[in-house]
Amino acid sequence: MTDLLWLIPALPLASATLLIFGSQWWGPRSVAALGVGSVAAAGVCVLLTILSWQGAPLQQTLWTWIAVGELSAGVSFYIDGLTLVMLSVITGVGFLIHLYSAEFMSGDASYARYFAYLNLFVTAMLTLVMADNLLLLFLGWEGVGACSYLLVGFWHFDAANGAAARKAFVVTRVGDAAMALGLFLLFREFGTLDIQALGSAATAQWEVGDPTAVLATALLLGGAVGKSAQLPLHTWLPDAMAGPTPVSALIHAATMVTAGVYLIARTHELFLLAPPTLAAVAIIGLLTLLLAAFTALCQNDIKRILAWSTISQIGYMFLGLGVGAWSASIFHLMTHAFFKALLFLAAGAIIHCLHHEHDIRKMGGLRSRLPLVFLSFLIGAAALSALPLTSGFFSKDLIVLAAFEAPGIGPWLWAGAVLGAFLTALYSFRLVFVVFFGRADTLPDRQPGPAMAMPLSVLCVFSLAGGWLGIPVASVFPTAAEAHPALWVEAVSIGLPLLGVAMAYVLFLGRQWDASGLVESAPGQTLFRFWHAGWRVDGLYDWLWVKPFVGLTVLLKSEPVDRLYGAVVALCQFCHQQLSRSQSGRLRQYATVMAAGVIVLLGVVWRAAGG
Amino acid sequence: MIYLLLILFLGGGLAWASERWNPQAPRWVALAVVSFALLYLVVAVARLPVEQFSLLPAASQPDTWLAHTRFDWMPRFGIHFELAMDGLSLTLVALTLLLGLIALSASWSEIDQRTGFFQANLLWSLTGVVGVFMALDLFLFFVFYEVMLVPMYLLIAIWGHEARSYASMKFFIFTQASGLLMLVSIVVLAYQHALQTGSFSFSYFDLLDNRLDPALAFWVMLGFFLAFTVKLPGFPFHTWLPDAHTQAPTAGSVLLAGILLKTGAYGLLRFAIPLFPDAAAEFAPVAMALGAAGIIYGAVLAFAQSDFKRLVAYSSVSHMGFVLLGLYAWNSLAVQGAIVQMVAHGLSTAALFMIAGSLQQRMHTRDMSRMGGLWLNAPRMGACALFFTMASLGLPGLGNFVAEFLVLLGLFQVAPRMAVIAAVGLVTGAVYSLIMLQRSFQGPGDLERTVPDYGRRELATMLLMVALLIWLGVNPQPLLELTQPAVDSLLPGAAP
Repeated sequence: MTDLLWLIPALPLASATLLIFGSQWWGPRSVAALGVGSVAAAGVCVLLTILSWQGAPLQQTLWTWIAVGELSAGVSFYIDGLTLVMLSVITGVGFLIHLYSAEFMSGDASYARYFAYLNLFVTAMLTLVMADNLLLLFLGWEGVGACSYLLVGFWHFDAANGAAARKAFVVTRVGDAAMALGLFLLFREFGTLDIQALGSAATAQWEVGDPTAVLATALLLGGAVGKSAQLPLHTWLPDAMAGPTPVSALIHAATMVTAGVYLIARTHELFLLAPPTLAAVAIIGLLTLLLAAFTALCQNDIKRILAWSTISQIGYMFLGLGVGAWSASIFHLMTHAFFKALLFLAAGAIIHCLHHEHDIRKMGGLRSRLPLVFLSFLIGAAALSALPLTSGFFSKDLIVLAAFEAPGIGPWLWAGAVLGAFLTALYSFRLVFVVFFGRADTLPDRQPGPAMAMPLSVLCVFSLAGGWLGIPVASVFPTAAEAHPALWVEAVSIGLPLLGVAMAYVLFLGRQWDASGLVESAPGQTLFRFWHAGWRVDGLYDWLWVKPFVGLTVLLKSEPVDRLYGAVVALCQFCHQQLSRSQSGRLRQYATVMAAGVIVLLGVVWRAAGG
Repeated sequence: MIYLLLILFLGGGLAWASERWNPQAPRWVALAVVSFALLYLVVAVARLPVEQFSLLPAASQPDTWLAHTRFDWMPRFGIHFELAMDGLSLTLVALTLLLGLIALSASWSEIDQRTGFFQANLLWSLTGVVGVFMALDLFLFFVFYEVMLVPMYLLIAIWGHEARSYASMKFFIFTQASGLLMLVSIVVLAYQHALQTGSFSFSYFDLLDNRLDPALAFWVMLGFFLAFTVKLPGFPFHTWLPDAHTQAPTAGSVLLAGILLKTGAYGLLRFAIPLFPDAAAEFAPVAMALGAAGIIYGAVLAFAQSDFKRLVAYSSVSHMGFVLLGLYAWNSLAVQGAIVQMVAHGLSTAALFMIAGSLQQRMHTRDMSRMGGLWLNAPRMGACALFFTMASLGLPGLGNFVAEFLVLLGLFQVAPRMAVIAAVGLVTGAVYSLIMLQRSFQGPGDLERTVPDYGRRELATMLLMVALLIWLGVNPQPLLELTQPAVDSLLPGAAP
């Protein structure tokens, strides 16, 4: 199977190429067959690879990409347990979402373009996780960013979608620029960009806490926070919900946004040499998960709630990475891919069946009218809230307990994480109760068909039982000591999410306690608006970056540099005018000037003669 | 090689003459001439033994070059007709001929007045550029440098848009004045050679061995630097470019952006740095600062434009900043990056200018506030615009990324701070590129508007450039290996 590794990214790429260049020849059925089939075929290749895998990393070099001087980067793949987990998630969840899209997008005028972009995205994402060097990884990294741009702005006739797409691209590009600098720094230090070689060279050359190591990892972290929508570069993700919902499920929940987590896990040997950066990863994760959880609580757009919840859950993954719970983070990445894809697809089904309605206040009572969607959403919300025995429970519990064990600030990290877990349960079940219970305001005009129902059912199973899947990453990461915190820690970690569900019930379904008075009081309103606006980070950036940049462009538009040359021209013209004025034709003036000239000349001669 | 020049030069005359016979004829003549020249080049190169391509082109051994010709011209002053070609020259000559074809395609239906004289100027301009890339006698180099200028001036002045006389005059004066500085520098060099050895020489190889007084070397170097930086164009000598580009007919813009700018970069790489290694090393921080400033300044101004063509023109200023940085970083990585940038930028910007030209031809405006949603009317054109926008903002997998990455990687090894500033250009590049796409092809559309989509000729031209940029992006290695010996032979001179 080693020789056929290249097929995994090549299949979706081939399909994308066919779809782009042959769009006029394919009918919608062939488009869907190509788009969905190619990802399925890639998934089969991944499955075959897993079945024949012996436990040792697989490698394949296709060709030398760039080799100049010391730099030598190939189009080469490196497959170990971590890669296999990512490959399974990308092709597995990716296939389900492609299948779902076949129905969700049916009737769209740009059906072929949609599948072309989606296939292209899968190609780039597969390249990202299979790359054996950071340069090829960067290709996949930017590639997924570009596909995200294309898909967020898929309905580009609406200018707002275009703006959201540009924001997503530019904000992540800020992180990418930092990451590129990190690559340059690593190359200067070690003369290679090969990930495995970098790891061993860095371990040999750098002491733990080496300033260069801290700087290099901080730059990589810059890339990771951009792509994974963490503080301070998280602002693009909520707006990215402008794209079609399956896109949000695939790119902005299951795969691309977790690329930052993958990057840090992939280069963990470097991060282990830089404890300050690791601490920063943990703190960024914690702050992000709290900020996003509070914000999610105050949103009314179903997709935006899920988007903020994604930001928050990736915060958990960062927290896990920061405290050295590598495999727990990857585990959470996988379970999150299941249940968040499920939630997004369920939300997509609601939007699909409810005439593109996004506002949860206009929904209600959908429990009996969309039973499958209700079941999916309920399972997804339970897993998101980490209710016991769901998949999210296992992975989140590992991270939370590992945070408690972290030396120094551990208990604080833990406290923040369980507070976040409480909030997660609260906003998740607020969503469930408001959308599926109560009075029915808007009635669905159709039911999801088989192509949408099948992915939902499969993801339901994985969201429930995914916690029992083992991931083969033991050989990739250093073994962490098993966490054995006190019983009360364990009890609080499990209990708070349940409390959150209960609170959501009291507030939004049973209405035993009416919080509207609290919310509508003046401080309550201020706080609500502050959280609703995502803690006003967008406004801050607008004021800090966007306005000054636009101001600068307005200032420079008239090309100030050209004034300099304009001045030269003006000077020439002035001299020209003055001199031409002297050609007046008046004899008297000529005679005067001539006499003056003669006197001056005589003076010069006289002086030169030594007078 | 001399045949290559003759084909183009005489072909120009032929094209002009053929107009009397039929107004359609000059196009076909020009097409035949450029294709024949390209074919001639390919056949000649294919005949060379493979080992020849990995030899270091040494000054003393003409047979280490891919090709070398030398005749006496004005022996009294040591002026020869000396042409030579290494991997670098070959790459740029091939790019010139290729873009010549593309320019022809761009002007195919756009120019319908005085077609003969138009095609003649096009071909003569190509002659000059090809000569510039091959001349190794500095006097001859200067002659070609001027030869390419005059036809380009005429192209803008006769077939340009509304403000053509201002733009063409500005272009001419900028390049002419700076070319004069170069001439002075060349003469000083030859004179110094005469002082040292007793005889005049304008030969590149002889002048490489000149030992100059450092103070003098600095001023002579500055003459070359100014000439080439105006041409490149580097900040703050770039102001002729937006006007010239905006007013030129599409074919003119394609040639101007695609290859005339590259003669500046080539001049820096071949002459301005190797002839004065120490002075150039000392001057490198200034040059790099200008390059970095150009990247940011060009990007900011590009964002400010509402004229499609002007926006692309300013993006050229930004991209050429990378070339300046790469050349003055003066290591293998960065210089190779600069060379790839010359080729990739040549293709991507030429394509964007072609799109601008097609829009102008169809909508009679370049103003983006009157565009928007054009994807609806012309999806093929939109897809092409999308592709080249992505190329121009440096998406990995396409040629421009390889170039920018190598430049920055090499630059970071010698001047990390500059690399950090230049990396800001990665973000600003995305900002102006995407807003251009938004204002022209995306947003609310209007089905009533009649904007015909690309036909076969235009689509084929575009696809050719798409294929080349992808090839350059995923497999740049053949190009890098072709130019590596040339770079190696230039490099040991200095290491700023």
